[in-house]
Amino acid sequence: METNILISCAGVGKTYGSGANAMQALQSVDLDIATGEFVAMMGPSGSGKSTLLNILGCIDIPSSGSYQFEDVRVERLSRDKRALLRRHFLGFIFQGFNLLNRTSALENVELPLIYRKIPPRQRRIMALEALATVGLERWWQHTPGELSGGQQQRVAIARAIVGRPRILLADEPTGNLDTARSIEIIEMLRSFNRSEGITIVMVTHEADMAAYADRRIQFQDGRIVEDSSREVS
Amino acid sequence: MIWETVLLALRAIRRNVLRSSLTILGVVIGVAAVISMVTAGSGATAKVTGDIAKLGSNMLHVRPGQAMRGPGGARIASARFTTADATAITNGIAGLAAVAPTAQTARQAISGSANWATSVTGTTAFYLIVRDWVLAEGRLFSEGEERAGAGVCLIGQTVKTQLFGNGSPVGSSLRLGTISFKVIGVLEKKGQSSFGQDQDDLVIVPLRTMQRRMAGNNDVEAIYVSVLDGVPTETVQAGIEELLRERRGILAGQEDDFHVRDMKEIIDTLAGTTTVLTALLSAVAGVSLLVGGIGIMNIMMVSVTERTREIGTRLAIGALERDVLLQFLVEAVVLAFFGGLIGIIVGLCSAAVIGRIIGVPFVFKPGVIAAAFLFSGTVGVVFGYFPARKAARLNPIEALRYE
Repeated sequence: METNILISCAGVGKTYGSGANAMQALQSVDLDIATGEFVAMMGPSGSGKSTLLNILGCIDIPSSGSYQFEDVRVERLSRDKRALLRRHFLGFIFQGFNLLNRTSALENVELPLIYRKIPPRQRRIMALEALATVGLERWWQHTPGELSGGQQQRVAIARAIVGRPRILLADEPTGNLDTARSIEIIEMLRSFNRSEGITIVMVTHEADMAAYADRRIQFQDGRIVEDSSREVS
Repeated sequence: MIWETVLLALRAIRRNVLRSSLTILGVVIGVAAVISMVTAGSGATAKVTGDIAKLGSNMLHVRPGQAMRGPGGARIASARFTTADATAITNGIAGLAAVAPTAQTARQAISGSANWATSVTGTTAFYLIVRDWVLAEGRLFSEGEERAGAGVCLIGQTVKTQLFGNGSPVGSSLRLGTISFKVIGVLEKKGQSSFGQDQDDLVIVPLRTMQRRMAGNNDVEAIYVSVLDGVPTETVQAGIEELLRERRGILAGQEDDFHVRDMKEIIDTLAGTTTVLTALLSAVAGVSLLVGGIGIMNIMMVSVTERTREIGTRLAIGALERDVLLQFLVEAVVLAFFGGLIGIIVGLCSAAVIGRIIGVPFVFKPGVIAAAFLFSGTVGVVFGYFPARKAARLNPIEALRYE
């Protein structure tokens, strides 16, 4: 196993609310993820896997413990600094695709590049390339309403990878798709992982999807109860 | 980046044309109201100023008694002027075009069976120069007629129509009360004054005739003085004041018991009045602009709620708070700007229509257009800021989950 650590969580906990209403979503999670890993996080709903994904995605900050992304201590960053981290190093894939309505596939893919202030012409080339990677170059003019669920998720994947992120964070990427489309998407993710070496962290509750990952982490009640890589090492 | 944001805003607005048009309706009405009020108001000011200039430009009006005071101010009774005072002004003051002493009274004018109540002015032929009257037909008083107090008169268009119909009255005679006059001339039409007075409803007779045969005294009620072009009216006014103080024996330190009024003062006063009225009306119209702004804020709030997921996605992808703030702020400003643009067009059109109805010229003021643009933009910023800040401060986790 490679030892180039990309993500390092030490004693990460997350508590929502306070006092008597306090709800502990995560309790002291220790987790290292190396560059190039394909990790699946599994567990029943409310087990803390999505909370951890939000923290890894710098959308949320831990209530306790520390989260290091490469050399950066994320929990110490301001809201805007974390946004910049997401802008330049992270890619997101959501269960509900979260594409902009009435906006063409191309423009959806261009969106992260706009925030990176990449000039229009170059942006267009990069976005078309990304669409070609997911096999949708001929659909660039179509709006999400004109695309199937599988195609929409492929547009979303193109949007996530167009900026060449260090890590791809996927929240139930196949949750809204039928089996055939799910396999299409998961194989696409795995091929990116294999060929481009993109690190992927995916939350899923489907075991057959998790089977595509190299490493499976099982969550229960805000703790990691099983980690396939630890048994190996 | 800002241009991209504007394009983005235009797309968001186009996505819901009907709602966007309803949103800007308030601003359209507000801007249109302000523009039409200011434009019609400037037209009214221009008309009033023009009308007063028609009464006689460069004119001073000398009257006994003190200047009018506000409510409760007492007016001190004071001695009348005489023809000698007018002559003294003519001979003693430099830079005058004409001096016309006048006296006025109201009489019933009768010709055959026709009968018309009018005002009679006793004066000299110079009165026509001072007051910018032009003869339509006939002739002026001769010096001999003026000195002798002859029974001759000039009549205005209204009197002519009332007493003589459409035919030429020159050479006919009319009676003012019991005294018979021969009509020697007719004045050209001047129309209504700004105060709604019919300026053509008058009969002019020689001052001597008026004093001797109608009033039975030697009084002069007012002296009109026309100043030559290029001579400052202030200097002439001061000269007349000094001369009259001396003639009327007013000691140093005592107040004048007469008043010299510059027509320019009256123009300024009236123009000032219409300006104040215009400002008041515009302020009322401005309130509707405020209401329009609140309309924009309302719809922007709805829009932010509707697009919560979009905002969440943008934040997750790496939009900063200020990126989202700018996006929604620009959208509000673009909306307001459109409202302003349409409002200006509607406002100018309605000002033209209003102007035609109330008989006021159309005065185009570029400054108002610029101000309207600036103001609607400000409305966009002010009322767009709150919804935009709400959008920018959304929690991305909740926003992404929002259904």
